[in-house]
Amino acid sequence: MSTPAPASAAVSAPPLLAIRSLQKRFGERVVLADVTLTVPRGRVLAVVGKSGTGKSVLLKCLAGVLAPDAGEVCFEGRPLSSHDPVALADFRRRCSYLFQGNALLDSLTAWENVALPLEQATLLPKPEIRARVAEALRRLELEGDALRYPSQLSGGMQKRLALARALVTRPELVLFDEPTAGLDPLRRNAVFTLIAHAQREFGFTAVVVTHDLPEALAACDEVAFLDDGRVRFSGPPSAFIHSTDEAVAAFRDSTSALAQSVAALRAGGPLPADTLG
Amino acid sequence: MLSTLGQSTLRIVAESGDLARFTARGFTSAIGSRRLGRRLVRAVYEQGVRCLPVILIVGLFTGLVLGLQGYHTLTGFGSAALLGPLVANSLVRELAPVLAALMLVGQAGSALTAELGIQRNSEQIDALETMGIDPYGFLIAPRLIAALLVYPIMTGFFSLIGLVGGWLSGSVLLPLPGSVYWASVDQAIDLGDIGQSVVKSLVFGALTMALCCYNGFNAHRRSGATGARAVSASTTRAVVFSSIGVLAADYLVTSLLV
Amino acid sequence: MQPSPVKYTRLDLTVGTFVLAGLLALAYLALKIGGGAFVGGDTTTVRARFNNLGGLAPGASVLISGVAVGKVEKVELDDRFAAIATLRIRKDLRLPADSLAAIRSSGLIGDKHIALTPGADDALLTPGSLIIDTESAVDLESLISRFAFGSVDKKDAAKPVPKPE
Repeated sequence: MSTPAPASAAVSAPPLLAIRSLQKRFGERVVLADVTLTVPRGRVLAVVGKSGTGKSVLLKCLAGVLAPDAGEVCFEGRPLSSHDPVALADFRRRCSYLFQGNALLDSLTAWENVALPLEQATLLPKPEIRARVAEALRRLELEGDALRYPSQLSGGMQKRLALARALVTRPELVLFDEPTAGLDPLRRNAVFTLIAHAQREFGFTAVVVTHDLPEALAACDEVAFLDDGRVRFSGPPSAFIHSTDEAVAAFRDSTSALAQSVAALRAGGPLPADTLG
Repeated sequence: MLSTLGQSTLRIVAESGDLARFTARGFTSAIGSRRLGRRLVRAVYEQGVRCLPVILIVGLFTGLVLGLQGYHTLTGFGSAALLGPLVANSLVRELAPVLAALMLVGQAGSALTAELGIQRNSEQIDALETMGIDPYGFLIAPRLIAALLVYPIMTGFFSLIGLVGGWLSGSVLLPLPGSVYWASVDQAIDLGDIGQSVVKSLVFGALTMALCCYNGFNAHRRSGATGARAVSASTTRAVVFSSIGVLAADYLVTSLLV
Repeated sequence: MQPSPVKYTRLDLTVGTFVLAGLLALAYLALKIGGGAFVGGDTTTVRARFNNLGGLAPGASVLISGVAVGKVEKVELDDRFAAIATLRIRKDLRLPADSLAAIRSSGLIGDKHIALTPGADDALLTPGSLIIDTESAVDLESLISRFAFGSVDKKDAAKPVPKPE
């Protein structure tokens, strides 16, 4: 259970992450038309929406992997841009990114992958690094696989390894890009449980891009619904469930619509025309 | 027609500038990169140790052919005793740096481009950036520095084994006395020739490895190809441009040094 | 027990061996083959006066009975416009003072070198002394024309060539 931060605190301190009228296009295709969103400290924000609505692009713009065409991303009130390397380095040190494809370095072992951000980007002494890596691997039940290469691990183990690498730096902000893509329902639940647990434990702020609405609604504190490159809805899950917005309702009810059309098929009746719309 | 010509000229100029900046950044990012030594060792292993058998085989056969051709040409002038200088000069000044560079491009360079391309594809390079690790310092710098070490060494190995090859065909298979061969080799080459060989291999090493790194690192920027095709396209580009680059640079360096 | 992340020892060894062997190969090329046969060995110089060097240049080798014993260090003119070649040769040779120096070429188009023929004098050449008993370079052009046309007169030699008219 999380309680919303008191209004006075929100006014005095800038939100951890603030996105202002972000725009991004690839050639002619406008992916992000105008995205404005704030992520308060200590909350888990789920960014949901149909495929191809720019969720991952939004996350990449947040992480500074892609440069937006217009608008800005502010971390603790400071805008991030490549022109301010100090602010960017500070942001990178305190933020982790979990890639959809895990992006583990395949020439390094599991141990080396987890140790990498500590060895390369911090000045921690070696024993401290060893302790932290061992701790992260243990927490994600990978102690036995420390010397194996990512290609020798199963998909779920790779995901856990990527999570270990993301959390080993003790970040304040973690960006999850489709952490459950391609996983079976059981593992989907496990990943969301993992995120929720880790979040309780480390108290980081998280942005989770996902397709899995039920899991996201259950595990996240805030929901932002992205449609046509704009934020169509943002608020707590309870408000999302009861939203009367047309697009939100259509997205929310797509699961039940599937059940309806399948039932209709089974009954031998014609397919309801609107379900394909 | 004219505008396409102009556009491709512009693109070539822009890409050359981009490559130069890339190379400069690759070298300078070595400063402050942590645990560079370990990655350097690995890069030397990949470019050097793993390519050594190929270099030795190619060098031996180059020497053998030079000895054979040279002997039969020179006996026509009654100057078979000049076989040593012929083999030594062609090897040390030209063939060793050029052929070693071409073989290294084919074996180590192509592998490097493909590896970097796949790392780009699977977002490993982006991941480094989000972890606050400079991908230039982490991936490019060790490869470029290793090239400066490996290419002269490989050229040296190539020259020596080539001289042995020339001796094998000239003195073992053909009747030229071995002592004449080695004595004339000794006299034919001076320190300047070795220096030219080393300068060439340094230039080729920096040029080809920079081209290979550049193409792999920027595999995603190739328009018209994505995914596995982008990797194969950039590998092809890397090998083709490196090979052309070696030969063009060879002419340039030779004309500057001679 | 934490697994040790350092596991490059064998790699280190292999790479180290490679680099050292490579540097040795380069050093061998540079010193043994590039620098001549006796880097570090004791050398001395003698000079020899020739009427015609015939293109002999510094770096050309000095042979005794076909064995390389040194190199031509420099070439200059004396006050009477004769060519003086300075030869850097092995110190342990003990050449007699009346030794002969001849400019020869190996093969028809071969490199010019200096062949030393030791004399019979009891006195030895001292460092820097001048060899006067020399044989200049063979004029290749006259050699070829003698070879090609025998001893035929120049006028006759020109005869068989038909005039292009």
